[in-house]
Amino acid sequence: MTVVQVGAETTTGSPPTEERRRRGVPKWGWNGLSVVLGIGIWWGFSLAGYDIPAPPEVLKRGGELIADGTLADDVLASLGRVLAGFVLGVALAIPVGFLMGWYGIVRGLIEPWVQFFRTIPPLAIIPLAVVLMGIGETPKIFVIFLASFLACVIATFQGVVGVDKTLINAARVLGAKDGTIFARVVVPASMPFILVGMRVGLGSSWATLVAAELIAAQQGLGYRMQSAQLYYDLPTIFVGLISIGVLGLLMDRVLLFAERRLTNWQERR
Amino acid sequence: MIAIDRVGKAFPLKNDRFVALDDVSLSVAENEFVTIVGPSGCGKTTLMNILAGLETPDAGQALVRGSKITGPGPDRGVIFQQYALFPWLTVRKNVEFGLRTAGVPSRERRDRAQHFIDLVGLHDFADALPRTLSGGMKQRCAIARAYAVNPSILLMDEPFGAVDALTRVRLQEQLLQTWSQEKRTVVFITHDVDEAVFLASRVVVMAARPGRIVEVIDVDLPYPRTEELRLSPAFTALRNRVWSAVYHQEPVA
Repeated sequence: MTVVQVGAETTTGSPPTEERRRRGVPKWGWNGLSVVLGIGIWWGFSLAGYDIPAPPEVLKRGGELIADGTLADDVLASLGRVLAGFVLGVALAIPVGFLMGWYGIVRGLIEPWVQFFRTIPPLAIIPLAVVLMGIGETPKIFVIFLASFLACVIATFQGVVGVDKTLINAARVLGAKDGTIFARVVVPASMPFILVGMRVGLGSSWATLVAAELIAAQQGLGYRMQSAQLYYDLPTIFVGLISIGVLGLLMDRVLLFAERRLTNWQERR
Repeated sequence: MIAIDRVGKAFPLKNDRFVALDDVSLSVAENEFVTIVGPSGCGKTTLMNILAGLETPDAGQALVRGSKITGPGPDRGVIFQQYALFPWLTVRKNVEFGLRTAGVPSRERRDRAQHFIDLVGLHDFADALPRTLSGGMKQRCAIARAYAVNPSILLMDEPFGAVDALTRVRLQEQLLQTWSQEKRTVVFITHDVDEAVFLASRVVVMAARPGRIVEVIDVDLPYPRTEELRLSPAFTALRNRVWSAVYHQEPVA
C-alpha cells in the first residue's frame, strides 16, 4: 500500500514534460527504432566480413535499378501476377467457402480436395502447371491463384460454420427466411474470418511468387533475383527481397485497414 | 391464447433417450404474464423452443389462437438469455431488423424502432454498437427488438440470467413497466424463484427426469409490483411456497 502511494507521488511529482515524453513514445517510434537497429545489425555483419553487401551498396544498386526502369517493370510484372492470382483466388474462395459452410453436400464433395491440395506446396504444382499450361503467364498466375484460394476457402468455410446458432435463431424468430439469414446474418458474421483468410491468402500469394517466376519469366522481382543469383549479384538479390517485403507489407496494411473498418463491431480482447 | 396440449419431446442419447418433456399441458390467457421455474433439465427451454417454433414436439401439439405452431412467426417474439443481438448492427438497426424483414417502409420503421428504444430507456444509445453496452442494456435492446415487430406473445428464456443481482432487480421492474404500457402475453422462463413470483400472475413449477409440470401457483398480488410488495409478508409466503415446490420435489418412482 505504502509502496504504491510513494510510487504514485513520485510520478505526479516529476516534471510533466518528462512524464509526457516517457509515456508518449508512440508505437511507431519503437517500430522505427527496431528498423534502425535491424539495419545496424545487418551492416555490422557486413563489416564483420560476412559475405553480404552493406546497406549503402544495396541502396546504390536500388538507385540504379530504379533509374534504368528495371525495378519499376519488375514490380509491375510481379504485382500484376500477385494481384491477378490473389483476386481470382479470393473471388472463387468466398462463394465456395460459403457453399461448403451452408450445404453439407457441397462440403462433403469439396473438402477432401481442398485438404488434399493444401498439403501440396504450390512449388510442387509448378512442373505440372508448366506441362499443362505452357510457360506463359497462365501457369504463374495459376499457382498464385491456387495458394490464395486454398488459404481463403478454409477461412471462409470456418467462418460460416462458426456463426453463432443463437443469432440465426434470433433472425428466424424475427421472421427472416433462409435468403435473408444468409445475406444479413451469415455474411456479416463470417466477415472477420474472410478478411483473415484474405490476409493469409495474400501472404501465400507473395510466398508463391518467386516460385512462379521460376517458370521462364522475362520480368519480375523473383526472376530478377534468380538471374542475379547466376552472376553472384548479391545487392540485386537484396533489392528484390526488400521490394517484395515492402510491397507485401503495404498490401497487408491495406487489408488490415479494411478489416478494422469492416469489423470494428467485434468485441476485441 | 396459448394452448399446450399433452406435449412430449425426447432427445436421443448414446444408449438411452432423454425425456425433455413428458405429457405437458398448459394454457395461457391473453395478456397474462406466466413464469416457468424449475431445475436445469426440466425441459423449460425445450418448451419455449416449441412455442417459438424452433423445435417440433414428438407428441401432442402447441397452439396459438387455435392454430398449430409449425415454425417461427412474427406473432411470437423471443428474447434469448445470450441477448443474441447482431453485433455488427447498432441498437437502432437491431431493433429495426424484424421490421426490415417484414418490409416495413424505412420512415415507419424508424419511428417504430424509436418508440421502443425510448420505451426501454435506450434513447441515448440508439446509435451505439452492442459491444459498447452493458449486459442489462443489451437485454433491454433485445426486448425492444422483440417488441418492435409487434408480437402478441413474448417468449423470454432466462433473459436476466447473465446479469448481476442488482441489475436484475432493475430490469425486472423495467420489464413490468414496459409490459404495463404495452400489454402482451408473456411466457418467461427463469431459475430464480424470487423473479418468478415478482413478475408473474401465475408461476408454473416444472420438474426434471422426465420434464413435467408439477404445480401451478397463482400469484394474487396486484400490479404494479413495487419494492414494498417485494418485501411484504404476502410475497414472502408465495415465494416460500414456490421455493418448496421447486426444491423439494418428490422424486418420481
